[in-house]
Amino acid sequence: MDWQGQKLAEQLMQILLLIAAVVAFVVGYTTASFRTMMLIYAGGVGVATLITVPNWPFFNRHPLKWLDPSEAEKHPKPEVAVSSKKKSSKK
Amino acid sequence: MHSFGYRANAILTFSVTALAFICAIASLSDNFSNQNPSAEIQILNINRFKKQSYENDEVSLTLDITADLESLFTWNTKQVFAFVAAEYETPKNSLNQVSLWDAIIPDKEHAKFRIQTSNKYRFIDQGHNLRGKEFNLTLHWHVMPKTGKMFADKIVMPGYSLPDAYK
Repeated sequence: MDWQGQKLAEQLMQILLLIAAVVAFVVGYTTASFRTMMLIYAGGVGVATLITVPNWPFFNRHPLKWLDPSEAEKHPKPEVAVSSKKKSSKK
Repeated sequence: MHSFGYRANAILTFSVTALAFICAIASLSDNFSNQNPSAEIQILNINRFKKQSYENDEVSLTLDITADLESLFTWNTKQVFAFVAAEYETPKNSLNQVSLWDAIIPDKEHAKFRIQTSNKYRFIDQGHNLRGKEFNLTLHWHVMPKTGKMFADKIVMPGYSLPDAYK
């Protein structure tokens, strides 16, 4: 998943679970059936799991652009002078 | 949300928290139900009233219990536990409560009943105080929920008394 996908996945999970909880309570209360409330909520949790946990392609629509290997060779990492730095920091 | 395990854990904890929340609201909704149970108890017969050879007094009664506990059942009720207790005062104890009979009522259909029975549990006093004793018969009930708080209440029926001499 890319960064946008992660944000989307988290938002989707929270919203789906909240909707499932509210719908479950309202339907259960009006039908006076505790069992109905639990079943609807369990169904909602299952749907939310299916949608947000696996790595679906629509979570990867803004993929990160890593540098090409050939591009990276043209710009080598600067070398750090380790020994002189150590001496100065120990003062 | 950068791995399968991370998202699975997140959804598990969030769903359990939301579940706890709706169960708490379900329990709170019980406070808004109107409850008006009623009951009546008659003593049909006093079978035996004796001293247990140099020990304590014991009474055996036959009770006729009528009760309508249907209004106690809400959508969040698992069962209602009801029991009848005899309450009286003695010089030694300011309040004695002796449980005579109990029952578990599993659903609304069984909540309106009439039963004639001898006492399920023995009515034994701590001492010899029961001759001519006046006592109350109290029907207690505990409404046990599927989730949340348990409610308990009672109806006190005064004015019963035992004979003045052993039988």
